[in-house]
Amino acid sequence: MKNTLAITAVIFTLAFVSLPVVWSDSDFRWGELDEYKHRSSGVAAATDPVYQEECGSCHMAYSPGLLPSSSWMKLMSGLENHFGDNAELDAETQKSVTTFLLSNSADRSDFRRSQKFSRSIENDNAPIRISETPYFRHEHDEIPERMVTGNPEVKGFSYCNACHSKAEQGLFNEHDVRIPGFGKWDD
Amino acid sequence: MKTPYLVFMLLISTQIIPAQAENNTVTTLLQTYASLGATEASAAQGKQLWRKVFLSNSEYSERSCASCHTEDLNAPGKHIKTGKSIKPMASSVNPERLSDKKKVEKWFKRNCKWTMGRECTAQEKASFLLYINN
Repeated sequence: MKNTLAITAVIFTLAFVSLPVVWSDSDFRWGELDEYKHRSSGVAAATDPVYQEECGSCHMAYSPGLLPSSSWMKLMSGLENHFGDNAELDAETQKSVTTFLLSNSADRSDFRRSQKFSRSIENDNAPIRISETPYFRHEHDEIPERMVTGNPEVKGFSYCNACHSKAEQGLFNEHDVRIPGFGKWDD
Repeated sequence: MKTPYLVFMLLISTQIIPAQAENNTVTTLLQTYASLGATEASAAQGKQLWRKVFLSNSEYSERSCASCHTEDLNAPGKHIKTGKSIKPMASSVNPERLSDKKKVEKWFKRNCKWTMGRECTAQEKASFLLYINN
């Protein structure tokens, strides 16, 4: 009887002592899973304050993870005619924005959708428009023109956030899509 | 020590700095533009230039400051292409305006080139500042 009591006590003590270890282990795993879920869901949101200010003043601050480095390099070398607008930067800002774009570009990102963008680009043929990448085209090929380019509330494929309600957070899931004048999109 | 004093006296005499301009950034910029030859700048001239239409042979053939900022400095504007909203220009409504020298110069460069197809002259910039800083 005495023995049983002692063994029980030892078991309880061990269980109690090991509890934090088990917990911390499980915490760690959940943390990892969370991160995995996050990384698999889209592209990284563009959070750099200089980028937000310099680029996001005129248009949605597109995530750098939507284009490969070669595209960003081409785009940044032609800012005096930036899709018809002048977007020149001083040398210091130009460097800062370029560094941000290149270190977070689609080919350097571990976000799932960025990797899809990156893989779809053929060698030496990187467009400077996100909407001209093969992955983008493939993802939008079933959408009738009247809903986007022919839709005055959308205007064109460059206006991600016209339909993708969470575009600025880097999320492009289909069930977050609301096409103005048409509603939800189901394919 | 003598030159800044002379420039200052010149500014006072040509009334480039109106009495109500308390904004340091604007004062500094106006001094710079004056030293670059802006001796006859005025808010009235700024207003006129703001509405003047310039012709371009690419997209948006008729361009003016008002294309994006509207003719009302107190009202928010809208980027003609992207549709992104632009905060009001008047520093009385939006105190952030004209508070950062570098920013002012950046937007002058970009927007003069888009609108007029060239950089603005010192006189034009000074006139714009006087107009917006009201």
